[in-house]
Amino acid sequence: MELVLNPPAPLLKRLSWFDWLFAVIAAAGGLYALAHYNEYMDVYEKGILLATIPALAIFGWYWKPFRTLFIVVGAVSLFALGQYDGNLARMEEAFFLKYLISSQAAIMWMCALFGLATLTYWGGMLGRSGFALKTATGLTWSAVALGWVGLMVRWYESYLIGPDVGHIPVSNLYEVFVLFCLITAMMYLYYEARYQTRQLGALVLVVISAAVGFILWYTFDRGAHEIQPLVPALKSWWMKLHVPANFIGYGSFSLSAMLGAGYLLARRGILASRLPSLDIIDDMMYKAIAIGFGFFTIATILGAMWAAEAWGGYWSWDPKETWALIVWLNYAAWLHIRLVKGLRGPMLAWWAVIGLFVTTFAFLGVNMFLSGLHSYGSL
Amino acid sequence: MTTPHSFGKSLFELLSSMRFAISLLSILAIASVIGTVLKQAEPYANYLFQFGPFWFEAFRKLGLYDVYHAAWFLVILLFLVVSISVCIWRNAPGFAREMKSFREHVTDRSLAAFKHKHAAEFTHAPEALADQAQHYLEGQGYTVRRLTRDDGLLLAAKAGSWNRLGYFLAHSAIVLICIGGLMDGNLIFKAQQLLGYKKIETRDIPQSEVPPISRLTPDNPSFRGSVQIPEGSSADVVFLNVADGYLVQDLPFTIALKQFRIEHYSTGQPKNFESDVEVFDHTGKKVRKATIAVNHPLIHDGIAIYQASFADGGTRLDIRGWNLFAPTASPFPVEGTVHQNTRLTSPAGDYTLEFVDFRPFNIENMGEEDAPKNNAMSVFGGSPVASDKHMRNVGPSFQYKLRDTRGQAREFSNYMLPLELDGRWYMLSGVRETPNESFRYMRMPLDPDGSLDTFMRLRGALLNPELRPEIASRFARETLPKSAWGSDTEDKLKFSASQVLALFADGGFTALGRFIEEKVPAAERDKAAATYLRILELSTFEALHIANRDAKLPPPASDDATGWLVRDSLNSISDLFVYGSPIYLQLLQFDEVKASGLQLTRSPGKSVVYFGSLLLTLGVFFMFYVRERRVWLRVRPGHALLAMSSNKHTIDFEKEFAQHVHALDTLAR
Ligand code: HEM
Repeated sequence: MELVLNPPAPLLKRLSWFDWLFAVIAAAGGLYALAHYNEYMDVYEKGILLATIPALAIFGWYWKPFRTLFIVVGAVSLFALGQYDGNLARMEEAFFLKYLISSQAAIMWMCALFGLATLTYWGGMLGRSGFALKTATGLTWSAVALGWVGLMVRWYESYLIGPDVGHIPVSNLYEVFVLFCLITAMMYLYYEARYQTRQLGALVLVVISAAVGFILWYTFDRGAHEIQPLVPALKSWWMKLHVPANFIGYGSFSLSAMLGAGYLLARRGILASRLPSLDIIDDMMYKAIAIGFGFFTIATILGAMWAAEAWGGYWSWDPKETWALIVWLNYAAWLHIRLVKGLRGPMLAWWAVIGLFVTTFAFLGVNMFLSGLHSYGSL
Repeated sequence: MTTPHSFGKSLFELLSSMRFAISLLSILAIASVIGTVLKQAEPYANYLFQFGPFWFEAFRKLGLYDVYHAAWFLVILLFLVVSISVCIWRNAPGFAREMKSFREHVTDRSLAAFKHKHAAEFTHAPEALADQAQHYLEGQGYTVRRLTRDDGLLLAAKAGSWNRLGYFLAHSAIVLICIGGLMDGNLIFKAQQLLGYKKIETRDIPQSEVPPISRLTPDNPSFRGSVQIPEGSSADVVFLNVADGYLVQDLPFTIALKQFRIEHYSTGQPKNFESDVEVFDHTGKKVRKATIAVNHPLIHDGIAIYQASFADGGTRLDIRGWNLFAPTASPFPVEGTVHQNTRLTSPAGDYTLEFVDFRPFNIENMGEEDAPKNNAMSVFGGSPVASDKHMRNVGPSFQYKLRDTRGQAREFSNYMLPLELDGRWYMLSGVRETPNESFRYMRMPLDPDGSLDTFMRLRGALLNPELRPEIASRFARETLPKSAWGSDTEDKLKFSASQVLALFADGGFTALGRFIEEKVPAAERDKAAATYLRILELSTFEALHIANRDAKLPPPASDDATGWLVRDSLNSISDLFVYGSPIYLQLLQFDEVKASGLQLTRSPGKSVVYFGSLLLTLGVFFMFYVRERRVWLRVRPGHALLAMSSNKHTIDFEKEFAQHVHALDTLAR
C-alpha cells in the first residue's frame, strides 16, 4: 500500500534496461544515417534527424510496445538494404526481396494482413472469442511492422533509382495512404491496450481496410506505386514535418469517426453487449480528436510556413488549404459542442462520423475534384 | 423593460455563448467551401461564359469570384473575432482568479454536494493525517494550502492551472492570427477604392502608361504581386491581380534577370527552376546578386522574392512558310518573335500571325504500355521502379495563332524536328479551335532526303487541274497493256482517273466518299471505294513522275518507300482540307529567350500570424494535456471527507479520483 502513497518516481528512474537499450539503438540508427547519408541532407534535414532521436526515445519510453516495433522494423529494413547491396535489380532476384520485403512486396503483405485482421476482429467480436481478438491484434501489429518496412525500403529504393530521385516516401497519394493506414492502426493499438478493449478493432479496421482497398485499386489499376521524382515545389525539408503531422491528424480523425459509429450502434442496442460502454467510447473519441486537433493545428501552421517559403504567401486560399481549415473548424466546433451540457452524446458521435466525410474530402476529394497549387497529388 | 443596458447585456451574452461560437465555426466552415468549388479569380469572361449574364451578375454582386475577400465573408470573420474577444473578456477575470485561488472558502455543505467525494473514519490525530495527506498530494503534483477550521482543518489543493492559461493563449491567438491576416489583406486598397482614390485598371496597355490612380506606391505596407522578366531585362513594378483587372505596384528597387534555368531529371520531368537575379537601387547601383529557386526565396528590403513560374521571354524564330493555297509557289521566309505579331497576306485574305509560345523540348511517351510481366512482382502490382523507356525528347516546338480579319483564330503547334511514327518520318502540326481543346495533329511525310519538298511538289501537281489530263493518260497507259492503248477502255480509265483526281482535289477523301455514297448503290460501295483508291494511288504515283520531271529531278523509284510516300501524302493532303490554315510554318532555327515569373510580397502581418500560431499551439496543448483538478480534504477529529473536481470529467479523472480515495483509506487505517 505504500506504493499508492509514494509520489511517482521521475521518468528517468522508471526506465528499464530495455528502455535504455532502445534509446541507444535509436540513437545509433540516427547517427548511422547521419554519417552515411549526410550528403543527401541539408542542414534542416540533419536537424530534423537529430531531433528525431530523442523524440523516438521518449515516445518509446512512453508507449512501450513501440520499442519492439522500432527495433524489428529497423532490423528487417537493414536486412533488406543489405539484400539490395546497391543494386535495384536484386528486387527480382533475391528471395526475401522478391517475396517479402522489397517495398512493394512488404506493402502488399501489409494490405493482406490488415484485411485478415479485420476479418479476425469481426470474428472475435461476434463470436466473443478472446483468442480470435488477440490474434487480430497480433495481425494488426504484423501489418504495421511490414508497412513500416515497406516505407523504409521504399525510401532506400528511391535513392537507388537515382540519387536525385530519392526522397522520403510521403510525397504522393500512394505513399501517404500507406502512412495513413499505419498511423491509424498504431493509434488504435495504443488505445486498445490502454482501455483494455479489443472489440472496437472490428470497427476501426474497417476504415483501414477501406484505405487498403484504395491502395490496391491505385496500384493495380493506376500503377500509382511507381516511384516518381519530386516536383520542384516538394523538394523541401518542410515536407518531412508537414505531411506526417497532417496524417496523424487524418488518422486520429478517422479513428474517432469509427468510434463515433460504434457509439451510435451501441446506443441503438446493436452489438451493444459486445462493445465497450458508451462512456469508454466517448472518452476514446475525445482523446483521439484531441490528439488529432493538436497535430492538425501544427500541420496546418507548418503548411502555412512552408507555403510562405514556396509560394510567397502563408495563406492563399488554395482549395487544399481551405479544406484543411474546414476540417479544423469542424473539429473546433466538435470540441466546443462537448463543452455544452445538453449537446453531448449522440450529437457528438454523429458529428465525428460526418467529420470522416469532411476529412476524406480534404485529403482525397480535393485532389480528385478540385485543382490548385497542391495538384501534385492528383489521381 | 428593454433598456439599452439590458440589450447590451443580452448581446454580450449571445456573443460569448458557446452555442453562438459553435454556429460561427460551422458557418465559417460552410462558407469556406464556396471558394473551393468555384474557381477563384478567373478572368471574368470565363465566369460569364460559364453562368450566363444573369447568374454572372448575381454571383459578382455576392462577391463569389473572390469569396475570401468579400465583405460578407469578412463580416463572419469579424463576428468570430468579436465573439472570441467578448468570450475572453467575460472569462478572463474568473479564470484568472481561479488560476490563483485555492477555493478555500468551500463550506462543509458545498463539499457534501460534490459528485466525487469520499468519507473515511480514522482514529489518530487529525494533524498527522493532514500532514500525510499533504505530503501525498504534493507528491502527486498538487500545490496544497492548509487552513484551520473550527473543529479541524481543510486542505485545499490544485493542479494543472495552466489549463486555464491555455484557454487564454489559444483564444487570443485566434484574434492575433486574424489581425495579422488582416494586416496582409487588401483592406487599405479596398477603402481607397471605395473613396475613389484608386481604380482597377482593366485595359491591356503597357505598364508605363498605367495612370497613377491604378498604381500603388513603393511604401504600400503589404502587397503580393507577380511579374515576368525575360532574360536580360529588368522590372521595377509588379502586377496585382484584382477582380477583372490589375494594379501596378511600384517597387523600391529594380530587379534584373540574368539567366533562368530549368534542370531536368533523366526522365524529363522538371527538377528545379532557378533565376540568377541582380537587384539595383533607384540610382542604378547594383546592391545585390542572388539566385532564387523554388523553396529558396530571396528577401530584400523587407520584400520576399519567389520563383513562381516561367515562360518564354520572346524567343526569335526563323521560319519557312509554305503557301498551301498556291502549292506550286516556292516557300517564303518568316521571322517572328514569341509574344509578338506579324501581318501576313495570302491569296485567301489577310491574317495576323500571333506567336504564342516556344518550347525547347517536349518529352513525349512514344511507346505502348508494357504488357504486365508474368513474374512474382506482378502479384504485388509490379516493381515500383517506373519504366520510362518510352519517354523521349522530341525536340522543340512553337505555337502560334492565325487570326483572320474577322478576328477568328485557330491555334497551331508545330514541331521543329521530324518524328518517327510506325517506322516512317513526318513533320507534325497540331491545330485546335479553342484553348480548351487538345491539339489534333496532322502529319506530312518526308522524302528520303528528309525534306518536305517531295510532298509539297506532289501536292502541287495533284491539285493543279492543268496537269490532270496528262496524269490521267499516263495512268491509263501504265495500267493497260500496250495492245489496249487507244481503246475504249483507255478512255474510260482516263475518265475515271480525271474524275477521281478532280474529286480528291476538291475535298480529299471526304469528297470521294460523298461521291461514292451518292452515286453507287450500297451493295457495291466497298468495292467501288477500293477501286477508286487504287486509281487514286496509281495516278498519284504518275503525278509524282510529272512533278519530278517538271522540277528537273530524276523520276521516283518504284519501291516500297515511294509507295508509302504516295499513300502518306494522300492522307496528309486530305487532312489539309480541314487544317484550316493557308500556310504551314516550318521552324528552321531559333534563338531562345526565357522569362522567369517572380512573385514579390511584403507581408508585415506574417510575424503576427506566426506568433499567434505559436500561442495557438501552446494553448491547445495546455488545454488538452494539462488537466485542471482540485482536491479538498476536510479533516475533523475521527472523520475525513475527500472531494474532487475538474473542469473536464474524463475517465482519467475517474481513475485519479479512485486513486486518491484509495490513498485516503490507506492513510486512515
Ligand atoms: C477558431 C476558433 C476557436 C478555436 C480553435 C477554439 C479552440 C478551443 C479548444 C481547443 C478548446 C479546448 C476544448 C477542450 O479542452 O476540450 C476550447 C475551449 C473553449 N473555448 Fe474555444 N475555440 C475557438 C473559438 C471559441 C469561441 C468563439 C468561444 C466563445 C464564444 C470559445 C470559448 C471557449 C470556451 C469557453 C472554452 C472552455 C475553456 C475551458 O473551460 O477550459 N472558443 N476552445
